[in-house]
Amino acid sequence: MSTTLSTSHSPGGNPLGGDDAKRSPLARLQHLLHAQATIGPAVVLLASVVVFALLSERFLTPGNISLIVQQVAVVGTLAVGQTIVILTAGIDLSCGAIMVLSSIVMAKVAADTGLPGPFALLLGFLVGTLCGLLNGLLVTRLKLPPFIVTLGTLNVFFALNLWYSESATIRGTDMPSLLLWTGQTINIGGTRITYGSIMMVVLVAAMAFALKNTAWGRHVYATGDDLEASRLSGIRTGRVLLSVYAAAGAVYALSAWILIGRIASASPQAGQMDNLDSITAVVIGGTSLFGGRGAIVGSLIGALIVGVFRNGLALAGVDVLWQTLAVGVLIIVAVSLDQWIRKVKP
Amino acid sequence: MTGRSRTGVRLTALVSASLLALVTGCGDGGDTAGGGTLVGLVTKTDTNPFFVKMKEGAQQAAGNSGATVQSFAGKQDGDNQSQVDAIENLIGAGAKGILITPNDSKAIVPSVDKARQAGLLVIALDTQLEPADAADATFATDNYQAGLLIGQWAKAKFEAEGKQAKIALLDLNPNQVSVDVQRDQGFLEGFGVDVKDKNRIGDESDPRIVGHDVTDGAPEGGRTAMENLLQKDPGINLVYTINEPAAAGAYEALKAAGKEKDVVIVSVDGGCPGVENVKSGIIGATSQQYPLKMAQLGVEAIAKFAQDGTKPQNTAGKDFVDTGVTLISDQPASGVESKDSAWGLQNCWG
Repeated sequence: MSTTLSTSHSPGGNPLGGDDAKRSPLARLQHLLHAQATIGPAVVLLASVVVFALLSERFLTPGNISLIVQQVAVVGTLAVGQTIVILTAGIDLSCGAIMVLSSIVMAKVAADTGLPGPFALLLGFLVGTLCGLLNGLLVTRLKLPPFIVTLGTLNVFFALNLWYSESATIRGTDMPSLLLWTGQTINIGGTRITYGSIMMVVLVAAMAFALKNTAWGRHVYATGDDLEASRLSGIRTGRVLLSVYAAAGAVYALSAWILIGRIASASPQAGQMDNLDSITAVVIGGTSLFGGRGAIVGSLIGALIVGVFRNGLALAGVDVLWQTLAVGVLIIVAVSLDQWIRKVKP
Repeated sequence: MTGRSRTGVRLTALVSASLLALVTGCGDGGDTAGGGTLVGLVTKTDTNPFFVKMKEGAQQAAGNSGATVQSFAGKQDGDNQSQVDAIENLIGAGAKGILITPNDSKAIVPSVDKARQAGLLVIALDTQLEPADAADATFATDNYQAGLLIGQWAKAKFEAEGKQAKIALLDLNPNQVSVDVQRDQGFLEGFGVDVKDKNRIGDESDPRIVGHDVTDGAPEGGRTAMENLLQKDPGINLVYTINEPAAAGAYEALKAAGKEKDVVIVSVDGGCPGVENVKSGIIGATSQQYPLKMAQLGVEAIAKFAQDGTKPQNTAGKDFVDTGVTLISDQPASGVESKDSAWGLQNCWG
């Protein structure tokens, strides 16, 4: 893969310069991005917002912006779980399947047995966490590559979901109102925001804090950066990985709750592409697929970039084909950028 | 190794084993009850209730005519490769005939040719092959007619109330597949819009059309598409949807915008949840189709072919066997025949 960016905005010079004073502007940018993984995606997000605001006067209204946040809430929360897994140099292909299974359990148990909302919700979270734990056990105990493990469990969880739901959608009218609460709105500054959107923002903030300010967070980064070195320096890497996959499972259960609120039903066929969509958000958000580098906030920005593109292109009346193409180009650009940043010279 | 990690291994093994037992214990890999004629059923997916119902219909008919049904399915919509594999497996298994809802009407044709050369009767269900005569017969809903009925109903309703329509169309996906195109264009023609090219979604220039978007036929897609079109024009008052799950999602978007009372939604399918939504006023009218009947007729046709070699005859004036479509609405419109939701619930699927 080519790792050089277009040099049109670098006034000559080798981007891999020597010491600080003599660096070209491009090399300085490279250093900045290396230190701050989220700056790149944030710039892309702002630029795309400006472009779409110019294309359509409806784009930059508070209502439309809160709509975009609402539309990315499911993928955005999935991306939080996906990010912590990818930070450990893993990948989770089963996230969408875990989410759908959790959502079906929450809704169907309540609809079939009349279990009160809080308990149904708790059961859904338990199922999500157990699914994540199973992924973690297979990765750490059987020493299988995460890609293979989650490819396998994706099919297992999906089959279980079809079996348990009998392929039938559970209507919102048959479930406790607590499950639908995430779709309710609250009026903030004249704009209606769903509780699901707020939950996503709170989750991102909490996870970002945990990664930055706790020993666990540092262990996650260290494990992803160099597993063997981390193990030798006394980090219990197996436990770190296990905790990451289980936490991711719990996060996917939260996505399930947000999903139910959004479509006012629980559908066994929902979320079939969401695993790839969440990986897309993580990658565009500047987290490296090789582990150890990236940030949760970046993934939220990544999800928002995709949401802004889809909504903005739709408002501008652009065919869906080109929306898909734009997302594809974004991915390639983001990964090229990541490769280039990694080449930074100390 | 510490004791803890050994427990971990044991736990993993236990969980994996129990999951495995669970999954294999309730799979249905080619259940072969009965004997006699082997009939293959190849559906687009095995997740959509429409195809689950189709499988039921095939099993019932097989029980009555002494045939055996083996079911296969694509992994997701558009998965052609799994269907190719299924046809090859069925030829190898000595099936007398195959019922198929093609994921890719064109790409599956060479495999279907292979089956027919091997002496099997191949019947397309629900979706025609391209060309249609690549199969021995097609048992399907007239999707253009399904769209036409909800279009005519909406036109009569809007004329009676003296309202000017602002139309949003929520289609399936960008691929312009036949069922998507036929329903969309049928609806527009029924409503009195000049559709220009009948085989193309979105080439119309009628100012009443606000726009098209795609839903993947799912609630989440329906909601997002509706939200975006409402942003484009908040005055939308008539929404066509490719199917009832998409309609349910669209309704959520309208409700969130406080517009659910002023907007009419029409749809196609006639699944039980969809007819429930007609009953509760969420959907104004829907065109009901009959997947059970498609599968039953299909199995009977293959059983008959196995007995005496006769092939099914098309409905007069069409290049397929029309399994019928009924307009379901609790607000009858003058000049358009319809049944109410109570009748719809007795005849619904899924």
